[in-house]
Amino acid sequence: MIKVEGVTYQIVRQEILSDVSVNIPKGGVTALIGPNGAGKSTLLSLIARLMPLQTGTIHVDGQAIGQTPSDTLARSLAILPQASDIAPRLTVAQLVRFGRYPHSKGRPTPACLEKVEEAMMRFDLGALQDRMIDTLSGGQRQRALIAMSYAQDTDYLLLDEPLNNLDIAAARHLMKLLQTMARAEGKTILIVLHDINYAGAYADRIVAMRKGRIMAEGPPQSVISTQALAEIFDTDAHVVLQDGRPLVMV
Amino acid sequence: MRAALSVGVLAALVVMSLITGIIDLRGDDNALSLLMVSRIPRTAAALIAGAALAIAGAIMQMLVRNRFVEPMTAGTGQGAALGILGAILFFPGAPVQVQMGIAAATALVTSLGFLAMVQRLPTTQPLLVPLVGLIYGGLLAAVVTFVAYQADLLQFIDIWMNGEFSGVLQGRYELLWIAAAVAVAAYFIADQFAIVGMGRTISVNLGLKYRQVMALGLCAIAVISALTVVTVGAIPFVGLVVPNIVSRLYGDNLRQTLPLTALWGAGAVLLCDILGRVSRYPFEIPVGTVFGVIGTAVFLVLLYKRPAHERS
Repeated sequence: MIKVEGVTYQIVRQEILSDVSVNIPKGGVTALIGPNGAGKSTLLSLIARLMPLQTGTIHVDGQAIGQTPSDTLARSLAILPQASDIAPRLTVAQLVRFGRYPHSKGRPTPACLEKVEEAMMRFDLGALQDRMIDTLSGGQRQRALIAMSYAQDTDYLLLDEPLNNLDIAAARHLMKLLQTMARAEGKTILIVLHDINYAGAYADRIVAMRKGRIMAEGPPQSVISTQALAEIFDTDAHVVLQDGRPLVMV
Repeated sequence: MRAALSVGVLAALVVMSLITGIIDLRGDDNALSLLMVSRIPRTAAALIAGAALAIAGAIMQMLVRNRFVEPMTAGTGQGAALGILGAILFFPGAPVQVQMGIAAATALVTSLGFLAMVQRLPTTQPLLVPLVGLIYGGLLAAVVTFVAYQADLLQFIDIWMNGEFSGVLQGRYELLWIAAAVAVAAYFIADQFAIVGMGRTISVNLGLKYRQVMALGLCAIAVISALTVVTVGAIPFVGLVVPNIVSRLYGDNLRQTLPLTALWGAGAVLLCDILGRVSRYPFEIPVGTVFGVIGTAVFLVLLYKRPAHERS
C-alpha cells in the first residue's frame, strides 16, 4: 500500500499540494485525474522520491520515503520516465537490461537475464532488440521504457501521462498490458491520465484532484459523473454509463 | 574482432613511435638507454594522455548530457592551468605533487562552474552548451594569460596550453600514470555514468546516488585534465572526437564502449605525435596542433555523415 499522510508541498510560497492524505491499496490500477495544475505530477514525483518531501509522510509498503535508501526503494518502486528524457544511444536490449541495475548493480545474474528476456517478449520487442532507441517511433520507445520498468520487477509502478503521443491502438495496447500486469501479477499501478475515458475504462480505482487537494476517490462509476466533472474540471461534459463503465461525451 | 584489430593497429603504432627519431637505433651502442630514457616514456605518455583524455571526454558528455563538450575546451583544462599558475606564484617551493593537487582542485572548481551554468540553459537548445563552454574556457584562458603576463610567466602558458611530447623524458612524465589509474577506476563505474547520461529521473528511479556519481565523474575529469596539462600540455579535441566516433558506431553503453574509446584515443594521439615528428623531420610539430587539424576535419565529416544505424 502507498500511504500518503498530510503532504503539503510549496514552490516559491505557492501551495501545489495542500495537506494531501490518500491511500493507494496494493494491487490494481489506480488512475490519478484532475485539471492541469492540480498537483498530480507533483504527488507522483514525491512518491517516487524525485523531489524531497517538505511536510507530511509517504510510506510504500511501510518504507518511509526520504529515509529508506534509494537503492532499496528501487527494488520495490519504479517510475516510468518521459520518453523524451533518454539521450544516450542505447539499443532496446541494453536499455531494458539497465532496468535490472537495482538488483544486479551491473553484474547481471542468470535470473536477471531471464527477466530481461521475459520483458522483451512480453512487450513484443524481440524484433527491435538491436535497434537504437533514438530510431524508434514514439510508441515503440514508450514500449521499450515500460519493458525496462517491467524488468526492474517492482511491486509498484508509477506512470506520469504515458499516453501522450500515442495513437489509439498503442494507447489501448499499453493500458491493457498494465491491466494484465496488475491482475495477473498483483502489481500496484498508479497512473496519471488526462483522458478520463481511459481512466474510466481501464482503472480499478480513481483518485481525483483539484488545486492540490483530493476531491474524490473510489471505483470509476462512483467518481466519474456529470456532476463530479463539473466540480473537478469546471466543464459541463455529460457522462453516460456504457456496460457499467462511465463514458464522457466529449 | 574490432578490439583485436584496434590492439593490432595500436601495437604497430607503438613500434613506429619507438623507431621514429633522429638517432637510428640500428647499430647504436646506446640504443637501449635511448629507448628507456626517451622513446618509451614518450610513447607511454602519448598513449596514456590519449586514452585518459578520451575517457574524460566520454564521461563529461554523459554528465552534461551533451555530445559537444570536452574538458579541454569547456574550462577544465584552463582551470588546471590557472591552478598550476597560482601554485607557482604562491607556493613556488612546493613539491610537484602539491602543485598538481592545486591544479586538480582548481580544475574541479571551474568544472563545477561550467556545470552550474549548463544546468541553467534551456534544454531545447543543445548547441548553447558547447558555445557557453567555449566562451567560458576562453575567459578562463584570458585570466591565465593576464596573470602570467603580470608575473612574467608567459612562456609557461605555451607549455600548458599546447600539448606536445618532445619534452617527455624518463622521470618527467610519471605523474601521468595517475591519470591512467583514474581512467581505469572510472571504468569500474561505467554503468553508473551511462545511467546518469539518461537523466536524473532514470538515475533516481534505478536507485543511483545521482549527486555522488556526478561528483566522482567531475573529480575524474579534473584529475585527468590537470595531470595532462601539467605534464604534457592540453591536447584539445581528443575528448570530443574520439568518444563521438565510438558513440556513432557502437552506441553509449559505456561498459562496452569505454575500452574502445581508450584504445582509439591512445592510437589517435600517438598517430598524431608520429605525424608531428616526421612531417617536418628533423623538426617537430606539437601534437596539439596536428590533432587540432586532423581532429576537426574528421569531426566535420562525422557531423555531416549520418550515423551507421540510420543507414539501412
